[in-house]
Amino acid sequence: MSVLEFLKSFLEFCAHNRAQVSALFLEHLWLVGVSMLLAVLIGLPLGILVTRHPRWNRPILGSANVVQTIPSLALFGFLLPAPWLGERADRLAIAALTLYALLPIIQNTCTGILGVDPAVREAARGMGMTDRQMLFQVELPLAMGVILAGVRVATVITVGVATIAAAIGAGGLGEFIFRGLAMVDNRVILAGAVPAALMALAADFLLGRLEHRLRQTS
Amino acid sequence: MSAPSSDDRVIEFRHVSYRLDGGRELLSDLGLEIRRGETLVLLGRSGSGKTTSLKLINRLLVPSAGEVLVEGRATTAWDAIELRRHIGYVIQDVGLFPHFTIERNVGLVPRLEGWPPARIRARVEELLQLVGLEPARFLSRYPRELSGGQRQRVGVARALASDPPLLLMDEPFGALDPLTRAEIQEEFLALQCRLRKTVVFVTHDMREALLLGTRIALMEVGKLVGVYSPEEFLRSPDPLVTAYVAAFRNADAGLNRGRP
Ligand SMILES: Nc1ncnc2c1ncn2[C@@H]1O[C@H](COP(=O)(O)OP(=O)(O)OP(=O)(O)O)[C@@H](O)[C@H]1O
Ligand SMILES: [Mg+2]
Repeated sequence: MSVLEFLKSFLEFCAHNRAQVSALFLEHLWLVGVSMLLAVLIGLPLGILVTRHPRWNRPILGSANVVQTIPSLALFGFLLPAPWLGERADRLAIAALTLYALLPIIQNTCTGILGVDPAVREAARGMGMTDRQMLFQVELPLAMGVILAGVRVATVITVGVATIAAAIGAGGLGEFIFRGLAMVDNRVILAGAVPAALMALAADFLLGRLEHRLRQTS
Repeated sequence: MSAPSSDDRVIEFRHVSYRLDGGRELLSDLGLEIRRGETLVLLGRSGSGKTTSLKLINRLLVPSAGEVLVEGRATTAWDAIELRRHIGYVIQDVGLFPHFTIERNVGLVPRLEGWPPARIRARVEELLQLVGLEPARFLSRYPRELSGGQRQRVGVARALASDPPLLLMDEPFGALDPLTRAEIQEEFLALQCRLRKTVVFVTHDMREALLLGTRIALMEVGKLVGVYSPEEFLRSPDPLVTAYVAAFRNADAGLNRGRP
């Protein structure tokens, strides 16, 4: 089968199954979106906490690091016995993806805040800003570019790892990939892999633009 | 001159030492009084502890021993935020907020204090005028769009914004060319005549110290050598002082080179 023929048959397969492709695409997007939202909601405060209380640095970054080293499939497995999470595949997948995305977000929040020019920090304190004012008016705005870079990395990773969620029945584009592997049909694998790659590229591009704009104003 | 009464002393260092966590002593047994309305210059070479002394006044640092009194109250007894809002601070590295326009930089403390926007705006324009920056041209710029000297002037304007009775100025005119520097020194003197703020002014330029200071406190490796009026300073036999004076005389001698 020539490349062109293969491409034609792949596109035909997609066109034929477009309802399912788009359904799985949306499901994938949902898994990634919810996980990222949670990861930011958890990671950002943890990152801030670490800059305020350096003794939390090791336990927090250490655990996030350990999570990162667990192979993703195994992480899904480890969470299976967890009480409420284990009941439904999508909960389980979201929990695992969130844990996975935490490290770059915590790390970049921390790096971004600690990277604020000491002179600026000193001026802010010297002018009588409270810790809160300093955080919201100075540190977070100035660190936003770096934080967003972390979110961007985490999102791209999560889009990829989320394909494995299909292995525990949480759906997403991984369904095609696993099915294709079982059927030994590259068209089916690509019907999952190509949209996932496009999603990762799009997320990377959009967050990159946002990051660039924020860095320009800071 | 009458002896200063106790409420004349706006700032007082009482046997102040400051030690790093590692144990190195940056200031030892510093005793110093700063009177209302005077400009006290802290003069000393690089690393002598000038900046450290300033930071003890607005409690960016806390003494390891002794105490610093502001308006008769130990800095540690003040609410840190209230103390700092009471004291204008021009930091050595300027430290403008890179993500704020000049308008927001200068209007920062008034904003924190909750002034109405119109009043902040008027105040910012007044201050920019004062430091020789045309408001129309500078208000909406960002710090990175200014030269080093212009930034420094914005730093001064920012410290004056809420009209604090005390001012700490850490080499505020260091990055200015000699001409602008002379101009702004004149402006400072004129301003000081009018406003009569209590100013602690750090410099290592003896000429600036003699010009601006009502008194000069000479520091050397974390110790206070002495406090002098400008006249006393020039006449002092103390070798540390005469070394200073000689160094500047030598620099002046350079001005005569090539003259008949
Ligand atoms: N956080 C710190 N850690 C270690 N050393 C410090 C710290 N802060 C200040 N020092 C040291 O303390 C000494 C006094 O510093 P300080 O900044 O007060 O000097 P200065 O008189 O302001 O000098 P300059 O004219 O160069 O600004 C210096 O030797 C400096 O290296
Ligand atoms: Mg200094």
